[in-house]
Amino acid sequence: MTMSQATAPAAEPASPDSPAGGKDGRTAERSVVRRLLGRPEVGALIAAVGVYVFFFAVAPPFREASSLATVLYQASVMGIMTLPVALLMIGGEFDLSAGVAVTTSALTAAILSYQLTVNVWTGVIVALIASLAVGAFNGWLLIKTGLPSFLVTLGSFLILQGANLAVTKIFTGNVASDSISDMDGFDQAKSVFASEISIGGVNFKITIFYWLVFAALATWLLLRTKFGNWIFAVGGNQDSARAVGVPVKFTKIALFMGVGLGAWFVGMHLLFSFNTVQSGEGVGNEFLYIIAAVIGGCLLTGGYGSAVGPVIGAFIFGMVSQGIVYANWNPDWFKAFLGVMLLLAALVNLWVRRQATRR
Amino acid sequence: MTSNGNDKGKGTATGGTAVKDAPEDGAPLVELRAAGKSYGNVRALHGVDLTVRPGQVTCVLGDNGAGKSTLIKIVSGLHQHTEGEFLVDGEAVRFSTPREALDRGIATVYQDLATVPLMPVWRNFFLGSELTRGPWPLRRLDIERMKKTADEELRAMGIVLDDLEQPIGTLSGGQRQCVAIARAVHFGARVLILDEPTAALGVKQSGVVLKYIAAARDRGLGVIFITHNPHHAYMVGDHFSVLRLGTLELSAARSEITVEELTNHMAGGAELTALKHELAQVRGVDVAELPGEEDVQAPAAASAEASSGASSEKTS
Repeated sequence: MTMSQATAPAAEPASPDSPAGGKDGRTAERSVVRRLLGRPEVGALIAAVGVYVFFFAVAPPFREASSLATVLYQASVMGIMTLPVALLMIGGEFDLSAGVAVTTSALTAAILSYQLTVNVWTGVIVALIASLAVGAFNGWLLIKTGLPSFLVTLGSFLILQGANLAVTKIFTGNVASDSISDMDGFDQAKSVFASEISIGGVNFKITIFYWLVFAALATWLLLRTKFGNWIFAVGGNQDSARAVGVPVKFTKIALFMGVGLGAWFVGMHLLFSFNTVQSGEGVGNEFLYIIAAVIGGCLLTGGYGSAVGPVIGAFIFGMVSQGIVYANWNPDWFKAFLGVMLLLAALVNLWVRRQATRR
Repeated sequence: MTSNGNDKGKGTATGGTAVKDAPEDGAPLVELRAAGKSYGNVRALHGVDLTVRPGQVTCVLGDNGAGKSTLIKIVSGLHQHTEGEFLVDGEAVRFSTPREALDRGIATVYQDLATVPLMPVWRNFFLGSELTRGPWPLRRLDIERMKKTADEELRAMGIVLDDLEQPIGTLSGGQRQCVAIARAVHFGARVLILDEPTAALGVKQSGVVLKYIAAARDRGLGVIFITHNPHHAYMVGDHFSVLRLGTLELSAARSEITVEELTNHMAGGAELTALKHELAQVRGVDVAELPGEEDVQAPAAASAEASSGASSEKTS
């Protein structure tokens, strides 16, 4: 029973150049600025301030509180979806079906409620199950086939896009779902998903508050829970993660189901805002979510990022899309502006990360 | 030794089973009997016997493609054997995930996939076995305790890091290996599998890793040390198995073999002798210094040779 502490040679310093006093001595303490720059969202924050100042200067209407409410609303609808997409990206995967999945969810609730003439809450719950099922299917297919998520979700994107149009036409003979505004439970559901809250005379859409609450939850999940640790691990090095006992399959499927949850929520918001859903909507939004996550400092290859970053990314998106209008520019420039923002953000992130890890 | 192991095992949420008392008679922790593995029609491993006992280092040597990786993947639960038997504590098992192997106290430190480079050191240390506190909806990582424990364990291994928040990718290769070994020891591993831990390391760092292998052995762990460096193997090994083309070429205890014989077996043994003859005919290659037939005879080594092996170990 000789004990290890006595026998372990490890008790002594590893190498002569480890001085006493408990410090290695070779790594200087990183300065506060460096540590700050090491955060994934700092690059996006700098960019957000820049964009805000820019539109504040060139577009007088942009300075009003009601404009801020509009910008925040625009950002929140996008931002709620960006959060799970960002988590999935940190976990090392893409979901190209995220844009049309929103429409699928809204259509499911609308058509089901209308055709069966049931309380809209039934449709809402069935839509939730359908959205989670789509996410689980994406994740399961990815795990089973080992194909890249880009391919798997490109497939499900096309399937959903086609099904949205075809199924809607079967039931309504039209490309839009029937209006459900006079159905049981509509007002109740609208107050939950699409109401407004007045603060100081300015009306803020309820999605803004959901967005911030979800962002706080996502941050907590990512940094303070086991599952968050697993997300970083499966994105950073999947084989290592599996080898030390991280349930990789569970984590990935859960992340895809998270995207389904987000799609359901945004889908419900759109449905109860407009009473009806255009079945061709949502195409192309999946890239906007990914762009917002990248602008927010999430690494395209996974393993690095935050939930706060995508919030800032979505806010930049909202500012740009509304700022162009307030500045009386041709809105056609929006996508071009967004492309420039994306490239700038990617470069800033690269620079920031180099600064942070430089020794 | 076990009391310490148990103390360290305690307080881990899902960390492997606590260290059990090492069997008094040194019964094998892990045993392979005529085990093999085929990938489709490729037979990567065939008829391999291997025994791992507590407090012993079993070295598995072999050239590239000899089947070393396949062997450890079976034991660590990444792959399943297709022939023969795999016993843990005398009980036939078949792991389907590394988690099951971990739960039986078999921990593997991989050469290339030991860590997640972008994650902080302390998160890597506890990855897959995170400590938590609080009831379910509010259950959260116990960051304070994890950082403290990781720092203590690393210091006990002689690794002093200023900042546990730094990404583990910024550490040197040797430090990363040591973090991985410290992690395995902390989580109550009874069997430690090291996949070429010294392959990518410098001389000094290899020495550090070898010290931890010895430390783990002295704690009563059974160690499987995979390497293709016979000198490193001979410094810490108690038993040597040489794999060649998926089969066991040599299985010998330390007392039965010298480091020279081990080197010759590693280098290809009989094939080298044939090569020597060929070289002698080609041009004026001086073959007198090359090992001959007599050096590559299997483990018929006398004790005298063992002592000469020990002396050469010091010089190597």
